[in-house]
Amino acid sequence: MTTKPLTLAEKVWNDHLVAKGENGSPDLLYIDLHLIHEVTSPQAFDGLRLAGRPVRRPDLTIATEDHNTPTWDIDKPIADPTSRTQIEALRHNAKEFGIRIHSLGDIEQGIVHVVGPQLGLTMPGITVVCGDSHTSTHGAFGALAMGIGTSEVEHVLATQTLPLKPFKTMAINVEGKLRPGVTAKDIILAVIAKIGTGGGQGYVLEYRGSAIRDLSMEARMTICNMSIEAGARAGMVAPDQTTFDYLKGRPHAPEGTDWDAAVEYWKTLPSDEGAKFDAEVNLDANTLDPFVTWGTNPGQGVSLLDVVPSPDDFTDPNDKAAAERALEYMDLKPGTKMKDIAVNTVFLGSCTNSRIEDLRAAAEIIKGKKKADGVRFMVVPGSARVRLQAEAEGLDKVFKDFGAEWRFAGCSMCLGMNPDQLAPGERAASTSNRNFEGRQGKGARTHLVSPLVAAATAIRGTLSSPADLEGAN
Amino acid sequence: MEKFEVFTGVGVPLRRSNVDTDQIIPAVYLKRITKTGFEDALFSAWRNDPEFVLNQEPYKHGQVLIAGPDFGTGSSREHAVWALRDYGFKAVFASKFADIFRGNSGKQGLVTGVITEADTEKLWQALEANPGASITVNLIDQTATIGDLSVQFEIDEYTKWRLLEGLDDIGLTLRDEQAITDFEAKRPAWLPKTLPAKHQGA
Ligand code: SF4
Repeated sequence: MTTKPLTLAEKVWNDHLVAKGENGSPDLLYIDLHLIHEVTSPQAFDGLRLAGRPVRRPDLTIATEDHNTPTWDIDKPIADPTSRTQIEALRHNAKEFGIRIHSLGDIEQGIVHVVGPQLGLTMPGITVVCGDSHTSTHGAFGALAMGIGTSEVEHVLATQTLPLKPFKTMAINVEGKLRPGVTAKDIILAVIAKIGTGGGQGYVLEYRGSAIRDLSMEARMTICNMSIEAGARAGMVAPDQTTFDYLKGRPHAPEGTDWDAAVEYWKTLPSDEGAKFDAEVNLDANTLDPFVTWGTNPGQGVSLLDVVPSPDDFTDPNDKAAAERALEYMDLKPGTKMKDIAVNTVFLGSCTNSRIEDLRAAAEIIKGKKKADGVRFMVVPGSARVRLQAEAEGLDKVFKDFGAEWRFAGCSMCLGMNPDQLAPGERAASTSNRNFEGRQGKGARTHLVSPLVAAATAIRGTLSSPADLEGAN
Repeated sequence: MEKFEVFTGVGVPLRRSNVDTDQIIPAVYLKRITKTGFEDALFSAWRNDPEFVLNQEPYKHGQVLIAGPDFGTGSSREHAVWALRDYGFKAVFASKFADIFRGNSGKQGLVTGVITEADTEKLWQALEANPGASITVNLIDQTATIGDLSVQFEIDEYTKWRLLEGLDDIGLTLRDEQAITDFEAKRPAWLPKTLPAKHQGA
């Protein structure tokens, strides 16, 4: 009997081991929950059909439509033929293989990473996969959640397992108290700026420390969501009372004695005292400012109070060259104050920041204020449920009065697979997770921001935080 | 995935080097939602040229491709293998392959054999001297044979074993089927299930 202290990630891994890999071959892990959407699944289902294989566990699988779905006129046929074909294929496949699907117009439809937690399907200690890199979101519950490719989707559909190579663990310690106006989004943008977009490669990150403990589940999801932008395989937060309170009473959460048994197990999951991480990174929450990106990868970020850096600030020749390219693409001059950067569009949405708390926080800022002239403000709730909840709270009215577009749920301008795109050269403050060249439209320029910065920016027209608003104290 | 031991089919000399995956299948075909039916996409740009080898009668039904060095470079798209497979190719020989393409091929049952440049030239000449000639690919002995001409090819042991056994990734895992079933029997009942569907109260 070994008593080696283990990390959260190692515990979840060990508890899902179906077969241990021999001579360097991967371990075979059981998958508790498989989430599916229209973009990465069609060929996986076709592969099953080709080989005459069934879906092993339709009862551990759930599908929703999000990447391609329109956020206006959702009752009209989808105009783009590729989008329409992918969505029709998903509906057809779900029917043929007996998989639960939440289609456009359904009350549970939404971004796949918003839907799973909302239904109470995402739980501590489980393994979650989805053909989408931001599956790391679900790690906020203390689940081991990973994005996979289309051939792996087929593999999970057929076997409910996945061969996986061992990982390393990294502790991200965030101690202290966030100042007003500073959020989970700022923590993760600062972490990525610190360790770089490749800094997490081969690692599962565990976010720890008092600042993480203080966060709500939704804020923890924002952080885990962007683990992938640091190159990590997954990101996790140990489950605690906040996690249990969030789950209790959700449609698929355990009930009665099952609940007690579950909580008892969940309480064993946090990393043991003395567990060894392969790497550790520390971040001081007390001194953190709102963080925004200036470049074309999520690691190219600075404090909002800072200026656009110069390529000469970077010693590494690759970073220097990347900064030069990014500044050219972003049409920014070194030394420009971040707060002087004017935007055309503000996008509040995506699986990073489209949950009810994000909408509430933004609405709180804009309430009774006027939108900057010429700025377009798009609000896209993460799911149909979030949209309904917001409407029940009157948030839709706040957004509409302000002059924002109140849209239907989906990925929308996070990646512009549907008609929600920026025009070439347009600049956006976006609460999404990727500021890659062309991500939000060909030639479009993206600054990643928190919902609070998004709201303040919509009022002032330039990148701003709530502290910059008139009457702010 | 079918087992591969010995196969005989029409040989096609493709006298080109550095055939990247964009040439094997251009990006426009990646929008499709199927994993089959890519036969029309194979080398589609080149097939507009009536002189292209696959447009010549005896080669139209080709099943064994002999190509120049650095076959399958460029984007990692699995579609390149699907297109070759759907067209009817069972094996490709070249003196050098891109690693990812080779890995993808092994998983889809397409044999990729490495032969010397000298042997490539010999096979090309033999096919050109006798258009429509068949090549016999023997995976057990690792030989490719046209009449009296027989060349040796290389393939790694693991891929060879998988091809001989006809095991794709899923097939490999399903060899552990009993372990999966045993694991499932021990899972606690309170773990999440998507079915039957439950919803929030109205
Ligand atoms: S919202 Fe964006 S990042 Fe999230 S799943 Fe959709 S496209 Fe991917």
